[in-house]
Amino acid sequence: MAEFTLPANSKIGVGETYKAPAGAKNIRTFKIYRWTPDDGKNPSIDTYEVDLDTCGPMVLDALIKIKNEIDSSLTFRRSCREGVCGSCAMNIDGTNTLACTKFMSEVKGDIKIYPLPHMPVVRDLVPDLTVPYAQLASIEPWLKSTSQPPTRERLQSHDERARLDGLWECILCFCCSTSCPSYWWSGERYLGPAVLLQAYRWLADSRDEAKGERLDQLEDPFRLYRCHTIMNCTKTCPKGLNPAKAIAEIKKMMVERTI
Amino acid sequence: MAEASGKSNGASAGTVNIGGNAYKIVDHEYDVVVVGAGGAGLRATLGLATKGLKTACITKVFPTRSHTVAAQGGISASLGNMGPDDWRWHMYDTVKGSDWLGDQDAIEYMVREAVPAIIELEHYGVPFSRTPDGKIYQRPFGGMTTEFGKGIAQRTCAAADRTGHAILHTLYQQSLKNHAEFFIEYFALDLIMDEGVCRGVMAWNLDDGTIHRFRAHKTVLATGGYGRVYFTATSAHTCTGDGGAMILRAGLPMEDMEFIQFHPTGVYGAGCLITEGVRGEGGYVTNASGERFMERYAPSAKDLASRDVVSRSMTIEIREGRGCGPNKDYIELHVEHLDPKVIHERLPGIAETARIFAGVDVTRQPIPILPTCHYNMGGIPTNHKCEVVTVKDGDPNVVVPGLLAVGEAACVSVHGANRLGSNSLLDLVVFGRAAANRCAELLTPGESHKQLPHAGEEAIARFDRLRHAKGGTGTAQLRLNMQRTMQNDCAVFRTQQSLDEGCEKLDKVIGGRPDLRVKDRSLIWNSDLMETLEFENLILQAQATIRSAANRKESRGAHAREDYPERDDKEWMKHTVIWVDDSGKTRIDYRPVIMQPMSNDVQSFPPKARVY
Repeated sequence: MAEFTLPANSKIGVGETYKAPAGAKNIRTFKIYRWTPDDGKNPSIDTYEVDLDTCGPMVLDALIKIKNEIDSSLTFRRSCREGVCGSCAMNIDGTNTLACTKFMSEVKGDIKIYPLPHMPVVRDLVPDLTVPYAQLASIEPWLKSTSQPPTRERLQSHDERARLDGLWECILCFCCSTSCPSYWWSGERYLGPAVLLQAYRWLADSRDEAKGERLDQLEDPFRLYRCHTIMNCTKTCPKGLNPAKAIAEIKKMMVERTI
Repeated sequence: MAEASGKSNGASAGTVNIGGNAYKIVDHEYDVVVVGAGGAGLRATLGLATKGLKTACITKVFPTRSHTVAAQGGISASLGNMGPDDWRWHMYDTVKGSDWLGDQDAIEYMVREAVPAIIELEHYGVPFSRTPDGKIYQRPFGGMTTEFGKGIAQRTCAAADRTGHAILHTLYQQSLKNHAEFFIEYFALDLIMDEGVCRGVMAWNLDDGTIHRFRAHKTVLATGGYGRVYFTATSAHTCTGDGGAMILRAGLPMEDMEFIQFHPTGVYGAGCLITEGVRGEGGYVTNASGERFMERYAPSAKDLASRDVVSRSMTIEIREGRGCGPNKDYIELHVEHLDPKVIHERLPGIAETARIFAGVDVTRQPIPILPTCHYNMGGIPTNHKCEVVTVKDGDPNVVVPGLLAVGEAACVSVHGANRLGSNSLLDLVVFGRAAANRCAELLTPGESHKQLPHAGEEAIARFDRLRHAKGGTGTAQLRLNMQRTMQNDCAVFRTQQSLDEGCEKLDKVIGGRPDLRVKDRSLIWNSDLMETLEFENLILQAQATIRSAANRKESRGAHAREDYPERDDKEWMKHTVIWVDDSGKTRIDYRPVIMQPMSNDVQSFPPKARVY
């Protein structure tokens, strides 16, 4: 009889509880995933009670308050705190988003925070993003042209430039890729929505001269076609972008070039 | 003691025993090491990679997370796409903006290199907004004029209101194209100094806890500003001036640290940046009675006066009881009169920021704003070739061998006492490139490295001491005390009294460092320790800032002394240089301002009254 075991660190235990200071009136409870490679233990969920009367409105404000005042060992990435750098992507209340632009008031009940799903965890809320970064490099995300550029700027009409809107603004937070069941299943071979959005950003640029080469590179049952239009990517994007549409546009270009 | 125990991929590993703890050391040898992967660091890395020098770029965040990403309004260059323009006009504006503290040779270099630098960025693929005839779109910006102050220039090249994002991502893409070697999420600890020569840098790999010794013939510091010494700043949490602190710990001075730019339009409360491009596109500020008060303070440039001027005017309005809101403590920024199409096409990012962080629909309501700490004009002193300089035996231009600095970390000085908006992205790409060129001039690829078996052990000892800090004060508490002090006593307006009080309070913070506590002892992604190392970096520069400010008894650019309201060219037209030792003791000296431009194509701009 076959025996199955769960992968290492799949079982999550109950961790520490940090009570709010006496006298706090406006308490919110956070349940946060903790794991460190140092002690060989399974992950746990720590509970933090935070006094919101002395806290900003965003989930990141609470995380920073916890780190500053309650438990300085809590580990997460953060930088710009205004939704442009993509550092603080995590799973909050079951959805991937940026902690810095997520209002606590949008969450009902306890606020549960996990790292981005299906990525190896380095520690606590810090995922290992080596694979998506390598996938980004694999699509050669830079302007390719064989013709000699003019001495001044290349010209681009308003309409041509407008085709890049909704594509170039991606902040590479990978909320979309890590929300995609197809990426969870085939993450080593399927490029995922974030990287395909970048691929389309170059396909859509009137200045780029490598359309055929780029499409050849994507023409593959896994790299592109593992997108099954589940649409989690578009639903979760904290910047309001539409990676699913970009993927559909690539698929359309694939068909168009065969006709 | 270091002991080599294996080699792979050009790097060798050993261990060193410090304080009873064994640290795994990985050794690397490069021609050049760049510290930082923002706009300046990436442009330098890219240039070095294309010149065939073996280059490592080490960065504490993934490159596209660097703070350059948050630059909004644009990058200046006299392309003349929207009307007549001339680099001499750009130069005049920059000199005037600097309140005659900028070095005119470096400024000439920057504004002349601006045009090819922007064209290069376009060729790299930056998605600039476009004019109807397909050229790069340029918008008006504060202090940018035509014909030496007569008209308003449209000189600031924009990619909507996300120009920094566009440029940073493009430079990262080009770095990938050129196979640049990155060490990502490595935190730089200290320079490797040997008899006054920089021979590389020590770094901590957050991912696996190893310590790395990067040996290099040239080290380029591109570590950004130290905005987080203030309580409210547009700067990211990561803007902790790590390079500047490494300089101070190496016994070298920093320059013009008293000049801190307060951006007029930070979101009230949150401190997030709202670009000056908003005013460039026709936005304006009002007080509680709805008055466009900038007309009183800057009759000709009005809302597009230089940032220091607008920030001071706003502060006066609030102080005199004309602030907005129930507590009369903010100013309002209006764009609701603009065509929604303009907002959608050219200002989508600030519409999003205002909605999220101020709860405001910019097509209907004004944005509540306050002057907010934004930029450090001061930094690591360099010449216009980006070589770090120090003052020694009366010579103000002594080059420190092996060391360069670029970007906000550096003080070239092109911004003097006040930077013009859109000149900082320009500074990054122009001097990032210049640093790469200078390294290529000075080095032949693959030169051998001097043996230094014990290099970096002091840095590891400091690291180990902080990692095991067992005191009673958490880093966050001490950091907050520093930030409150700087915010209260070293802000838009300063007096001897406020500065002296600030110095006293800051000395207490410095005195509290032996009582620091780090709870987390791990070597892997120990952000408690990283924040402590960053605090150690911040506090040295807070001290440099407030001591320099207390010392400069005049008002110039962003340094506004209420007790010395006038600029004093006779006494103070000179750069401050300041040394800060580990105990917080400071020593001040000066460097002359370079008034002579680089070429004979333009004459020196002599100081005159600065009126907008």
